[in-house]
Amino acid sequence: MKVALMVTCLNDAMFPSAGQATVTLLRRLGVDVEFPEQQTCCGQPFVNTGYLDEAVPVVRTFVEAFEGYDAIVTPSGSCAGSARHQHGIVARRSGDAALADGVRRVSPKVVELTEFLVDTLGVTDVGATFPHRVAYHPTCHSLRMLGVGDRPTRLLQAVHGLELVDLPDAESCCGFGGTFAVKNADTSVAMGADKARHVVDSGAEVLVAGDSSCLMHIGGLLTRQRAGVRVMHLAEVLAS
Amino acid sequence: MTGTFVGMPAFPTAARAALADSQLRSNLAHATSTIRARRLAVVGELDGWEELRLAGAAIKDNTLLHLDEHLLALEASLTARGAVVHWARDADEACRIVAGIAKDHGADEVVKVKSMATQEIGLNEALAAEGIAAWETDLAELIVQLGDDLPSHILVPAIHRNRAEIRQIFLDKMAAVGRPAPADLTDEPARLAEAARLHLREKFLRARVAVSGANFAVAETGSLVVVESEGNGRMCLTLPDVLVSVVGIEKVVPTWADLDVFLQLLPRSSTGERMNPYTSIWSGVTPGDGPQEVHVVLLDHGRTRALADEVGRQALRCIRCSACLNVCPVYERTGGHAYGSVYPGPIGAILNPLLRGVGTDDQVDSLPYASSLCGACFEACPVRIDIPAVLVDLRAQVVDAHRGGVPRPEAAVMRSASWVLGTARRLGAAERASGLVGRVAGRLARRSSSSGRPLMSRLPGPGAGWSDARDLPAPPAESFRAWWKRTEGGHR
Amino acid sequence: MSARDEILGRVRSALTQADRSPVAVPTTHRGRVHEGDLVELFVERVEDYRATVTRCADSEVAGTVSRLLPEGTSVVLAPGFEWSVPGAAVDSGLTAVQLDSVGAVVTGATVGIAETGTLVLTHGPGEGRRLLSLVPDVHVCVVRASQVVADVPAAIGVLDPRRPQTWISGPSATSDIELDRVEGVHGPRTLHVVIVD
Repeated sequence: MKVALMVTCLNDAMFPSAGQATVTLLRRLGVDVEFPEQQTCCGQPFVNTGYLDEAVPVVRTFVEAFEGYDAIVTPSGSCAGSARHQHGIVARRSGDAALADGVRRVSPKVVELTEFLVDTLGVTDVGATFPHRVAYHPTCHSLRMLGVGDRPTRLLQAVHGLELVDLPDAESCCGFGGTFAVKNADTSVAMGADKARHVVDSGAEVLVAGDSSCLMHIGGLLTRQRAGVRVMHLAEVLAS
Repeated sequence: MTGTFVGMPAFPTAARAALADSQLRSNLAHATSTIRARRLAVVGELDGWEELRLAGAAIKDNTLLHLDEHLLALEASLTARGAVVHWARDADEACRIVAGIAKDHGADEVVKVKSMATQEIGLNEALAAEGIAAWETDLAELIVQLGDDLPSHILVPAIHRNRAEIRQIFLDKMAAVGRPAPADLTDEPARLAEAARLHLREKFLRARVAVSGANFAVAETGSLVVVESEGNGRMCLTLPDVLVSVVGIEKVVPTWADLDVFLQLLPRSSTGERMNPYTSIWSGVTPGDGPQEVHVVLLDHGRTRALADEVGRQALRCIRCSACLNVCPVYERTGGHAYGSVYPGPIGAILNPLLRGVGTDDQVDSLPYASSLCGACFEACPVRIDIPAVLVDLRAQVVDAHRGGVPRPEAAVMRSASWVLGTARRLGAAERASGLVGRVAGRLARRSSSSGRPLMSRLPGPGAGWSDARDLPAPPAESFRAWWKRTEGGHR
Repeated sequence: MSARDEILGRVRSALTQADRSPVAVPTTHRGRVHEGDLVELFVERVEDYRATVTRCADSEVAGTVSRLLPEGTSVVLAPGFEWSVPGAAVDSGLTAVQLDSVGAVVTGATVGIAETGTLVLTHGPGEGRRLLSLVPDVHVCVVRASQVVADVPAAIGVLDPRRPQTWISGPSATSDIELDRVEGVHGPRTLHVVIVD
């Protein structure tokens, strides 16, 4: 099986450790993961802000980069959701039949990391050890767009030494929402403040999620409040 | 007189004011969490909820795709049952029809069943201009009307008011328009409901004309359906001689049997009950029972515009249950007024632009962006309206409406970001630049995260919107792709 | 052009590009199997709305209804009501204002819905005009056990859409104040349900 890492532009530029952890984890599980260097971004920031024309070259690059792989694994529920549910919209907009064909071939191959681990590889115990109290925030797109269900928590529960604590109101949105975080900054922060309070109330040392974007938002609030709770990408916990 | 939404600022500005109102935040948090729990309980106990949702969506879709035929069938069966059918292209025309009927009967007042369609067209204000008083009889609508306030929720328009505020409104305002509130009124909900009962009873007993909407209109039988709780609807639908129902053209369902889906979906999604206390169904005129003159006004007012929208058309499935409001994390924090419309919340964020069109009003154009796209609304919607997908499509319509001319700053940013992300080479160069910024910022940073990463607490320009309340880690010195190249995929 | 023609024209032109092929409608919600006794479920669900439920035999209806109403209550019966109630007057076309000073009304019903605890009145003989069961503050509704159906689809299947209908699920209520449920606003604040076995 030819497996590609779709690292995402945010992890690439801001949170490379999440990508590195994904590589470590997949190799530990015997997957020879490749990094198609032509990749840039899934185009979601454009689509979700309404800039479809601007998304076209980005999606074209995406298709060219990932054409031919059997599985395109990404440590992001949101970007996986974008590739699977939005690339068709962008292709239609482009009026380019070749791009539409490419999207039809490539976008169904995109899988979020926990889907790949649990469904494709069939593992829940990845051999990680992480002796800390952890709260898990199910990000909206992984939960409701992809339907990853309990895959992330099953993976976390199998991590040696890890104590998974309940996060109150876990399924409510953290308020990141892409450009929503700046276009509606006040509302975004009000949502994030409630999430941060729940994280602190949970008694966790570490907040874990499958999307660096949400973690950047919640983490930004937690450090501003000097709450003392760390945020980590799920891949980093599973690779430890 | 109820206030008006005209002149409301765009969502971010209105939301900022609402977020600062801690009383409002606490009223809303209490109310929405109560109703969410109730909905989950009654939805969970019913086998096959998902199949019911699918059935509701399919029935509505089939109806909308042949709406002309179903409207003609509805008109024919209503007429055969003794009702008079009117058609209204827009709000003005609908208001003129209703006012004309009231004037034909020499009425200087009408009693009203809670109705979103009549709120949407500003009927009360239009009737007032003709010297006709319109009395809202739903408790929450009464609270809003007496308080010169605006509705902030589809089902519970006074959700932003707590019991103490309601008591004060009743004490201050009831006397001027009818029977005063009892002097010893407390803020106990039962006492407040009793005050409304006493205040409105005299209006019910003397009214000669009533105005309602309808939750459903059955084409096959000419049956209109009003779903309610308090009995004010039954009073209005039964006691006066003349009844005028203003019905959006999307409210039609083809057959009587279709109601078995919607009368299950609506109460469980709306008030979180197995069934609402009262549902009234009438088909034209029943000799000797209820109003002997029955009018139905079929209202367009933008619905055909929404119908023409391939993606947005599904919003016309909406049965006005408000489940999407109750689960929405944005609505829960901002309340309904920030949406500047009688339709607030997620459904309002799509319905207003669909009914009114985008590109001409900044307030309307701001609504599709009033969402984090978390998807909770889609999950709760009893007729499976994919609200996030419609929001995203409407955002594209907003952007497209502003293409050409001088690009706005956001458009310029998006255009250059698209250029950078168009190839890996450009992105790599941008990352090397940001890595340099990161090194400088890292040296300047006074704080770092507990994992040791330098934090930026004050970003310039548009970044300030982020950093007013949130830190941002300084960009790493080395991007993932640079690391991959340097280490040959982590092997060196 | 008339408003009617213009709106119909707008509808048609809105749909010119649309794929109008029919969408399949699932019907699995019809004919669901309900375990257990339907009348018991009906009782439980009606009581959930804080209405009272009394079960009695056919011969006990008059006595049961009388016991439910405080002595001295003025009582009106729907014309054609099957049972006699001592001291009650049969409605002779009272106005709403007259009914406003009546203490209680006794009617039959057409259908009871077990799953939702709902009574459906279709306002024919024995059930009275719509305002009869609305204006007085107490409503006693007598329904035969054999009239109880399982669920909403079953009820829709037997009801005649040409009749006016009032579906009643408990006493009048509101949740408009802080979403706290309060029984009793404009409709009858007390609902007594009598089931005749």
